[in-house]
Amino acid sequence: MNHTDNHPANSDHGHDPFLAHHFSSHRQQYEAGKLGMWIFLLTEILLFGGLFCAYAVFRANRPEVFLWAHRFLDKPLGALNTAVLITSSLTMALAVRSAQLDRPRRSAFFLVLTLLCATAFLGVKYVEYKHKWEDGLLWVRQFRPVESAAVSHDAEAADQQPRHAGIFFSIYFAMTGLHAVHVLAGMAAVGWVLVRTLRGHFNSQYFGPVDYVGLYWHLVDLIWIYLFPLFYLIH
Amino acid sequence: MGCSSTTILVAVALLAGADLQRDSFWLPPPASSTAPLVDNAFLLLLGVSAFFFALIVVLGLWFVVRYRRRAGLGPAQSPSHNTALELLWTAIPLGIVALLFYEGFVGYMELRTPPKQAYEIEVVARKWSWLFSYPNGHKDENLHVPVDRPVRLVMRSEDVIHGLFIPAMRVQMDIVPGRYTRTWFRALKPGEYNLVCSQYCGTKHFDMRALVIVHPPGEFENWLADAARAAESLSPVDRGRELYRINGCWSCHSIDGTAGTGPTFKGIYGHEVQFQDGTSAVVDENYIRESILDPQAKVVRGYQPVMNTYRGVLTDEEISALIAFIKSLQ
Amino acid sequence: MTEPSAINYLTYPRGLRSWLLTLDHKRIGVMYLASVALALVLGLIFALLMRTELIAPGRTIMGEDTYNRVFTVHGAVMIFLVVIPAIPAVLGNFCLPLMLGAKDVAFPRLNLASLYLWWIGALFFLVTLAFGGLDTGWTFYTPYSTTTNTNVLAAVTGVFILGFSSIFTALNFIVSIHTLRPPGMTWRRLPLFLWGLYATGLIQVLATPVLGVTLLLLGVERILGLGIFDSALGGDPVLFQHFFWFYAHPAVYIVILPGMGIISEVIPVFSRKPIFGYRFIAYSSVAIALIGFLVWGHHMFVAGQSVLASTIFSALTFAVAIPSAVKVFNWLATMYKGSIELAAPMVYALIFLFLFGIGGLTGLFLGTLSVNVPLHNTHFVVAHFHYVIVGGAVMAMLAGLHYWWPKMFGRMYNQTWARLSALLIFVAFNMTFFPLFIMGGRGLVRRYYDYSVFLESNPEFTFYNQLASVWGYLLVTGFVSMALCLISSLWSGRPAPDNPWGAPGLEWKSSSPPPPENPPPPAQVGDPYDFTEALLPSGT
Repeated sequence: MNHTDNHPANSDHGHDPFLAHHFSSHRQQYEAGKLGMWIFLLTEILLFGGLFCAYAVFRANRPEVFLWAHRFLDKPLGALNTAVLITSSLTMALAVRSAQLDRPRRSAFFLVLTLLCATAFLGVKYVEYKHKWEDGLLWVRQFRPVESAAVSHDAEAADQQPRHAGIFFSIYFAMTGLHAVHVLAGMAAVGWVLVRTLRGHFNSQYFGPVDYVGLYWHLVDLIWIYLFPLFYLIH
Repeated sequence: MGCSSTTILVAVALLAGADLQRDSFWLPPPASSTAPLVDNAFLLLLGVSAFFFALIVVLGLWFVVRYRRRAGLGPAQSPSHNTALELLWTAIPLGIVALLFYEGFVGYMELRTPPKQAYEIEVVARKWSWLFSYPNGHKDENLHVPVDRPVRLVMRSEDVIHGLFIPAMRVQMDIVPGRYTRTWFRALKPGEYNLVCSQYCGTKHFDMRALVIVHPPGEFENWLADAARAAESLSPVDRGRELYRINGCWSCHSIDGTAGTGPTFKGIYGHEVQFQDGTSAVVDENYIRESILDPQAKVVRGYQPVMNTYRGVLTDEEISALIAFIKSLQ
Repeated sequence: MTEPSAINYLTYPRGLRSWLLTLDHKRIGVMYLASVALALVLGLIFALLMRTELIAPGRTIMGEDTYNRVFTVHGAVMIFLVVIPAIPAVLGNFCLPLMLGAKDVAFPRLNLASLYLWWIGALFFLVTLAFGGLDTGWTFYTPYSTTTNTNVLAAVTGVFILGFSSIFTALNFIVSIHTLRPPGMTWRRLPLFLWGLYATGLIQVLATPVLGVTLLLLGVERILGLGIFDSALGGDPVLFQHFFWFYAHPAVYIVILPGMGIISEVIPVFSRKPIFGYRFIAYSSVAIALIGFLVWGHHMFVAGQSVLASTIFSALTFAVAIPSAVKVFNWLATMYKGSIELAAPMVYALIFLFLFGIGGLTGLFLGTLSVNVPLHNTHFVVAHFHYVIVGGAVMAMLAGLHYWWPKMFGRMYNQTWARLSALLIFVAFNMTFFPLFIMGGRGLVRRYYDYSVFLESNPEFTFYNQLASVWGYLLVTGFVSMALCLISSLWSGRPAPDNPWGAPGLEWKSSSPPPPENPPPPAQVGDPYDFTEALLPSGT
């Protein structure tokens, strides 16, 4: 690990390049990194928490909007995405385990699979968003559903559309959009860890970054697991 | 510092506090039936605060002087904690704030619970003026109320959040667009009181004001009947002048030539104006009507596009009256 | 008496690049000091512009639209660029590792990233100003903020970025305190400044993300018309207030808790006595942090919030007041039978007790349901929060700055000059802000460009405003004097010894200024308030 620090030029640099100089052991560094990532995940939960709160408030106040509008969402695609993300969590966990067991090639393999799953997820999301765009089912200011949308989704006719129905899609796009941004960020992190794995940085003594990225990835998956029923499976 | 100096200091503090305890020093003279509840809670808070503040200051000063550092000597031995004392000085403030909470709660329940037989007046707030609608249909830019009778205000906003605030009555409630909010009061004596906007709402937030006019017994009904009648028999120009007043046009458009948030109406009819996009036009009936219904369409150069639309607020007949009024201001 | 060593963290390594790419927490703290000081200057300029406008009724130096922008940016700059970051980023960064006997914080690169993010956030603020500022008030209430045509987007982007700076600093501190304590430093032997920073960190990580998502939604609302907060689109403006205050109330505890931590360090040292009731002070910091999350609705008693909700919020507000009050008693008890020296840090600590006392007590007025009704949105509120923020946190920051200055820069400053500046600040602050309590109680609404509508019933408002404005200038003069005193010490102050105040903390064991690489901790760490050795200030 390269670092610009303030060692006078003649100090002993005999320590492990992957052990930061302010930590006394790999264990201490790992514990610190793990705690740091958990705290960061806590901030992410609070970030999404605000949106979940908005969802709860609007659903409680305008239940008819949610009951009417959710039918326009594509349940099969949503279910597919859920399966894809859960799989990616599995591959990520296997990647971490492989790194812990000094098997970098296996670890890299699972990281690549994780990236493929993530790409598939985003691909499905793209298809879904495209359908919504074509059907005019967007957030409030742009909410102009086309005739055919109702027919293809077996929803009640447009004249039974509740007032301000677009609010459902406002929250849908806000939450799935923010989630998608996090999937992208997660892919970048997984990619970075993949590069470092291929360079042979990780071993059974030092695998922290793979572990932390894994934790982040599991949270991203978990958030989707909440989003899916809340939007797609309303009764 | 000896005991005597401490005593003098405490006495001075208490006396000063006592003088400042006249609530008309801190609050306007109470003018509503619920004001005493608020004011009593305020005085209680003042007393508690003055006591604890004096305690802190006196103890602090005393310790600083009494235990000042003397060369070569360290501090005397003293314990670094005392559980009983710490529990005591936690419990006593807890008891005091419980009392304060209770006083506040009781008063607040009164303030938020209008009596059943209250006289209801509708309030519309918009940038930057007030409109009060009375049960007989009369609309006024001031709030007229009968003395000694509970009045309930049902309030809505046409644009952003405003706040209705009558300091003398201890009345304050935000007015939120998209819903109705309510408040109430019962005025104790006739007179005129300030009603201002308390929730920041833009350019003229500081100038969004009305009067609360409390009528002596028996006079309110007469005023209301006269006001409603007067509105009916007005000429178009006079009707327009009244609409100009009660719809708040005055807050941005003067009628005497002074510049404001919007162009003055004096002399504007028949005058050529330049717009922000470079085009120009002569001000005629169509332009005035368009500016009322779609104000952002053609904004005069040099002014900000901040005017709200009055579509749905003014009828065609009212717009005609306003046009007649503006034409008369040459 | 020793000269500051030629090789210390300030002088080595050399070069601009070594500063901009540093991982040394001490250098990062110093760069934050310069940055926050500049932001403070900007915020004070806006304050003086406001007070100049208000010195007379009617137009004085600016129009109403300009005034609305000036008060907005004054608030936003002071809150987001100054008082929220200040103590943790400046004194926390400098002291925390030294107090732990650690080489650095847990994540030094993240620390540097926090500083960069602060700079980028500040840049967005400057861009906002360059394009005319914004006029929503620092609270951004909708639908005004979703519909006004001023530069809301640049500003909220800046605040969003600053939020991450804050979160990363907090994350760093929490992990450092958990994992980098030296042998013997149990939680019950943690210096109270670190307890304060820890509790603050908890709030920062839990609350700031909510601000982030709120501002994100506000921005998207403006750009796309999302419709969550705008009633015209079916949204709920009061929901915005709930989201905003869920962050912004705990934020004020982010501001004050580190300050309280500093007072808990300064008073024992200058009374030469251990802090009275260590455990209570430590736990009360965490209690304030946690209960502070439950009181946000006390900003909304007249917002149309239900009576039930308002009642619960009021009760909890009184609950959160108790730990703060008890801390004050503990601090006073620390002074009892002590050996008190009125050096500049102690003078600021005493000023803190006085001003925070008033600030905290007036908070009780606002937390009382019925009394809140006529006081909400008046200058009473403005006076209250200036007393707690400036009179509390800023005075505590100055106490800390005067306390650790010799350690940070290896120089002693002129005590007489420092104390006279403090006295001027103290008197001027009271004369500037106390009149606002009086005017607020009498009905003067806040964020008013002009108070003419009140002059018929309250002609005295002109006089009180003049008083506040004139003394406001003197207050700024006091700050300038204080700053010059400290800055001039950098070249003309006598060299500072390792431990000028005879304090027991670990940070005093290093030289003044410390070397680039922090010294290791002792083999076994003792009580941070152990004065039994009757350490005499070295070099006095």
